[in-house]
Amino acid sequence: MTAEPAQTLLQTATGDALYAPPVVLRVRHHGKRPPLWISATSIGLSLLALLPLGFIGVIAFETGWATVSELVFRPRVGELLLNTLALVLLTIPLCIVLGVAMAWLTERTQLPGRRTWSLLATAPLAVPAFVHSYAWVSLAPSLHGLPAAVLVSVLAYFPFLYLPIAASLRRLDPAIEDVGESLGLKPWAVFRRVVLPQLRLPICGGALLVGLHLLAEYGLYAMIRFDTFTTAIFDQFQSSFNGPAANMLAGVLALCCLGLLTLESSLRGNARYARVGAGSSRQPRMQRLSVRGKSLALVLPICLSVLALGVPLITLGNWLIAGGADAWNGAKILDALQQTLLLAGVGALLTTCAAIPVAWLSVRAPGPLQRLLESCNYIASSLPGIVVALALVTVTIEFARPIYQTVVTVLLAYLLMFLPRALVSLRAGIAQAPVELENIARSLGRSPAQALWRVTLKLAAPSAAAGAAMVFLGITNELTATLLLAPSGTRTLATGFWAMTSEIDYAAAAPYALLMVLLSLPLTALLYYQSKRTAGR
Amino acid sequence: MNALELHAIYKSFGGVPAVKDVSLAIAAGSRAAIVGPSGSGKTTLLRMIAGFEFPDAGRIALHGQWLVNESGEVPAHQRNIGYVPQDGALFPHLNVADNIGFGLPGKSAAKRQQVADLLERVALDPSMASRWPHELSGGQQQRVALARALAQRPRLMLLDEPFSALDTGLRAAMRKSVAKLLAESGITTILVTHDQAEALSFADQLLVMRQGELVQAGSPRALYLHPADEETAVFLGDALVLSALIDHGLAYCDLGQVPVHDTTRQGPVRILLRPEQVLLTPLDPTQVAMGRAHGVVSDIDFGGNTCLVTVEFASAQGQPRSVVVRSPGIDTPAVGSKVGISVQGKAHLFA
Repeated sequence: MTAEPAQTLLQTATGDALYAPPVVLRVRHHGKRPPLWISATSIGLSLLALLPLGFIGVIAFETGWATVSELVFRPRVGELLLNTLALVLLTIPLCIVLGVAMAWLTERTQLPGRRTWSLLATAPLAVPAFVHSYAWVSLAPSLHGLPAAVLVSVLAYFPFLYLPIAASLRRLDPAIEDVGESLGLKPWAVFRRVVLPQLRLPICGGALLVGLHLLAEYGLYAMIRFDTFTTAIFDQFQSSFNGPAANMLAGVLALCCLGLLTLESSLRGNARYARVGAGSSRQPRMQRLSVRGKSLALVLPICLSVLALGVPLITLGNWLIAGGADAWNGAKILDALQQTLLLAGVGALLTTCAAIPVAWLSVRAPGPLQRLLESCNYIASSLPGIVVALALVTVTIEFARPIYQTVVTVLLAYLLMFLPRALVSLRAGIAQAPVELENIARSLGRSPAQALWRVTLKLAAPSAAAGAAMVFLGITNELTATLLLAPSGTRTLATGFWAMTSEIDYAAAAPYALLMVLLSLPLTALLYYQSKRTAGR
Repeated sequence: MNALELHAIYKSFGGVPAVKDVSLAIAAGSRAAIVGPSGSGKTTLLRMIAGFEFPDAGRIALHGQWLVNESGEVPAHQRNIGYVPQDGALFPHLNVADNIGFGLPGKSAAKRQQVADLLERVALDPSMASRWPHELSGGQQQRVALARALAQRPRLMLLDEPFSALDTGLRAAMRKSVAKLLAESGITTILVTHDQAEALSFADQLLVMRQGELVQAGSPRALYLHPADEETAVFLGDALVLSALIDHGLAYCDLGQVPVHDTTRQGPVRILLRPEQVLLTPLDPTQVAMGRAHGVVSDIDFGGNTCLVTVEFASAQGQPRSVVVRSPGIDTPAVGSKVGISVQGKAHLFA
């Protein structure tokens, strides 16, 4: 920025050079503004994120209104809309109830083996959604339609709500509960009126994440024969590589995502969630359970674990036994493993770093612009992987030939698709690091960037790690974009698995599924322990 | 020589003015206290000096160097201004040594000696260095926060109600030791507080704020005895504000004749007496005959070393009135006893 006029002014103002300034006035108009690099990164990222949406818009424009309305206003779209709506309206509330109940049981009661149950509630994340449905279809081949879709979706996605809710519950200052009780509230009323409102941020964030998954998932619903927008788009793409019909369906899907975003944003509010007050918080109190209470409380985690973990693992075990040693084609599987590790590791790092400025802006300087930027990212990532992929295919062929069919494009797709995972987690973490600490760091001579790095991000590190692990898991289990964008010869575990199941060779697919699960398990455990560790302890 | 100068600082939040055209100057090496009720804009003012907020208009200079003027502002991290907030705001992810060494350059091993020196300066045991913030008491947290701010040898120290979270006994002791420490270091200090007693005892210079405006500035003694208006008088301590008629340097009020400083004023005025200026004496019939004020003790509020005694008497117009007077706890007249009232020193005249 222009420092010279300020210096001149300084000399004329002080009259002499007695107090030569060690610092220079940064020319900036009055008002509190976020640092430039943060805004610039956010805007750049959002523009990038708008690429797939812009692609749909341009295609729609080129297709012309007559064709568009003909493609959008037809019974088939209404049917898909109803299907998708029913799926979302049934799955999300169930996930919230399960997530809150499990979080409360594992964090705030003396549930026997609550650490183990907490780990087991996180573990379904290690099983890709399409492996869940592979397991259920093998177990009960007649399973199909909405009930099956809701069942498998809840089991596959409820950890997205459980994890952030449990983390927030752990960080919540128990003093506010004590105060609630001292004001004459019964324990249940304390939970409803004091604790639950504090959980609004993780519930909203997690619910949005689940909602977006429901809208974007392909493999799960394709396998249990339930039609959503995404499966319909995929079918369209397969029949006509780049047809306007699929693009228009994607347009309607994007509108659905926009609706979800608006809803979440209005429900989230702008209350302050960082702890206000002196000192560090005490350990939370634990709800005592009687012997009967304990056995009653155990029913939920046991059922959940059997359905969300037992079923996939038993089915997988059966297929592995059925396939025997022949299914383990060594070199091929090892290669798929290596490629998956590399892609997921680099992708997770890239995405988490990119999420930092956006998340910071969202918590520290919320405003219309920031909401817009965040929405751009959400909309982009809520588009099905295949739309992102096809947009990237078209754009790279037209404008960036050198990166067409390279790893760069694949990573770009991952960044666009998984940014919200990192964002939701980071945002909650940063919201719990008081802004005052950043101010103190600045008063101690640290620049805003250093203050962010050394204070806020250190405090938000558990959340950032949780976000990164979520991205890693997402990439490990990503299917469609990888299929479309990866340079030829790329074979990840997910694409390998899908190739085998497409040939109805369930036994040959089992090793890939097992590896995906095994690969995700340590990360899920890491996720679990990272989120357990609170600051300074 | 002024360390800090503020010129017509104005700041509003969402159209509601929080600080209205405040100008002030603070002498180098002195201790100033900004005092005012909550919502008076004092914390906003402090945060603007620290660089956490930026004024809508006005200029700030530190040691003759602009921090804020029409062309821009120096960001907080380049101001070298120490800041200790109400709750200390220690970094929960760092231990005491790393908290104190946060603003120091270099690796934490190299900072060990400096950290040890700072711990000693704030009278903390060296063994505290490896403790975590949540293992410290409130007073210890504040000392660490102070040491952390001192580490960078600030050109100005800002204290935002740092003692208000401490218990009474500790508060006075902390205040005294902090004042001594800062005086020894020669660091210009601004304390923000809503506690007038704290402000009076801490500061060389007192600045009273109300509704975003700087009402009065001066030495604590001058402000206590000669406040600009009745609100300030009441804010700075218990006050007896009476209507009086002035004639040749004497105020004629319900408590009799009281000398005033200003001998030029005439006619009806409002005067201020501090309760400690009013003494209760055993009733002496000769004095009653001379027209000295007297009354009946109607209530005693026992407070240990001093008691608040309410005395009812008849005003000059014959209406019943009462005054609350401080009396040593050891020698308090009984309820219902008749007492004489005498006034020591001079009364302050409100403009």
